[in-house]
Amino acid sequence: MRYLICVKQTPDTAELPKVKPDEAASGNLSIQLVVNPWDEHALEAGIQMMETFGGAASAITVGGSGAVETLRSALAMGCKDATLVANTDADAWGVATLLAAAIQKMGDVTVAITGQMTVDGNSGALPVALGRKLGWPVISGVAKVLAASADSVTVERVVGQARHTVQVAAPVVLSVIKEIGEPRYPTFINIRKAARVEIPTWSAADLGVAAPAPVVQMTNWRKPPARDAHVQLFGGAPSEAAAALIDALLAEKVL
Amino acid sequence: MDFAFTAEHELIRKTVREFAAREILPTIKENDRNQVFDKTLLPKMAEAGFLGVSVPVRYGGAGFDYISLGILSEELEYADTSARVIISVHNGLNSLGVFQWGTEEQKQMFLAPQARGEKIAAFCLTEPDAGTDVVALRSVARKDGADYLISGEKMWISLGDVADHFLWFAKTDPQARPAHQGISAFMVTRDMKGVTSGSIHGKLGVRAGNTGWVHCDEVRVPASHRIGAEGEGFKIAMSCLDNGRYTVAAGALGLIRASLDASLAYAHQRKTFGVEIGQHQLVKRMISLMVQRVEAGRLLVYRAGWMKNMGMRNTRETTLAKWYCTDASFDSANDAIQIHGAYGFSDEYNPERFLRNSKGAVIYEGTRELQQLIQADYLLGYREDKPLRCELPPYDPDSWQEG
Repeated sequence: MRYLICVKQTPDTAELPKVKPDEAASGNLSIQLVVNPWDEHALEAGIQMMETFGGAASAITVGGSGAVETLRSALAMGCKDATLVANTDADAWGVATLLAAAIQKMGDVTVAITGQMTVDGNSGALPVALGRKLGWPVISGVAKVLAASADSVTVERVVGQARHTVQVAAPVVLSVIKEIGEPRYPTFINIRKAARVEIPTWSAADLGVAAPAPVVQMTNWRKPPARDAHVQLFGGAPSEAAAALIDALLAEKVL
Repeated sequence: MDFAFTAEHELIRKTVREFAAREILPTIKENDRNQVFDKTLLPKMAEAGFLGVSVPVRYGGAGFDYISLGILSEELEYADTSARVIISVHNGLNSLGVFQWGTEEQKQMFLAPQARGEKIAAFCLTEPDAGTDVVALRSVARKDGADYLISGEKMWISLGDVADHFLWFAKTDPQARPAHQGISAFMVTRDMKGVTSGSIHGKLGVRAGNTGWVHCDEVRVPASHRIGAEGEGFKIAMSCLDNGRYTVAAGALGLIRASLDASLAYAHQRKTFGVEIGQHQLVKRMISLMVQRVEAGRLLVYRAGWMKNMGMRNTRETTLAKWYCTDASFDSANDAIQIHGAYGFSDEYNPERFLRNSKGAVIYEGTRELQQLIQADYLLGYREDKPLRCELPPYDPDSWQEG
């Protein structure tokens, strides 16, 4: 059994406000790049599954040569191996095309795991596109994995205030949410092991597919206008002030 | 010259930052205020591999270089000094001392469980009446058959009330002249009969750290626990301090950065006379001084780390880094409070904790004044480093990874 965790290198969320529109359009970012925070939960899920149900957790990413650092982070968290698919132009559908081809080439993947979305693209399209490409079922909103074998996977998924328990035949794509568990930080031993792991690089040609042209065109990048902080003081007796505060929060749809 | 950290170093830095953000920062204000040492930190640091970072894999460590030890110290003290102190004492002062001076059997017996974090280590040199004046120590180790009987009192011992292994310095020949040639080093373990300890409260800073006293009353210690030869204790202690001071210097660098970052954030946030206070020239001066200290301190610290990697004697360079960075961390915390104005005087903001924490390192592991004397003595020709019987092993990326 192999759990393949699909990760992406994205800007550090703390640095996202520094990204300029033209940088975002070109993809040439001059800021700190990290593992997409949502994908860290996916890594945690895959490593937990390896520890609990056996099998091996592997990481894969589609990106440029710098994305190897993201895979080293995944290895340092505990993944057994990692693969880079070299491509810097693909949109979510193209990434799904490449990942699906890589999964078919590997041949032993029983569960593909993704984060809920990425902090740069925010589309959340990848798990669905990947399931479509592979013809595998897709379970979204996964908060807990209850059982996993070569034949089936049982998970708990969150739907609004409710939780569903779902059993599905493997192979399957799981899209996990943060309730799956706090991502572990790497141990120093794993950091050292990660430095020594050979990471193969596959091109689209290696995978037997054409480099996918983007089907989505981003035509306008702009930043939202800066908003001034709004401070409002409520006076009067405490009960009056509290009532006024609640009215204001209701009006702003905070409550 | 290569001033770059490796990708592996950067991953270590990121890991320690995440650790600190999750395990230290959420509770540090409360623990500092209440003088509580968070004992749960030790097993978490052990699991992450911090407690054996620059110890070869065959001795239970992670097999990283000495630069990595500096990065670990720097990032921990960025969060709080008490966490860095654990590394200074456990890794720097004790474990690396055993790595340098211990026999192969002692490395397996003491170093390996310490590097794995199964045993916590402390350094017992200071006594109620002997600090910088090491030769004034009164602990004695009297030969009794194949064993030694150790009696004495140690004071201001970091991790003193939680450690399992104590690297204890005692006089085996109280009449020796010069007196330092009568000092020997022993590994005393908590399970030995006659060992007692307690915590010290009421410190100005590092209030979330454990500092204590340790007492030995006729403690029977096998000769196999003596580290080095009889009479080599002073040299061993000085070797240990070369490593402890390195972690203190690196930690102080983290503290300067913490003061700078807090000041930058506040300088943008706070407005006076209609502008951010960062627009005022005298605030800019304090910020520029802090960045100067960060950059200079970084060069001094990591030069010392590089020299350790190379197997070069680094007493002079480590001492200089320790003196500069600890003084600079005090000055930076002081400036950070000034930038924060009245809020800096309150524990609602961090700089007051930074200032209280910074002061200890100007005193412990050799006072600022001692470091100054050492520098002058080197230049004046009053002091020179002589080869040691056991040198700190240089870093070897291959053999340190062999199990």
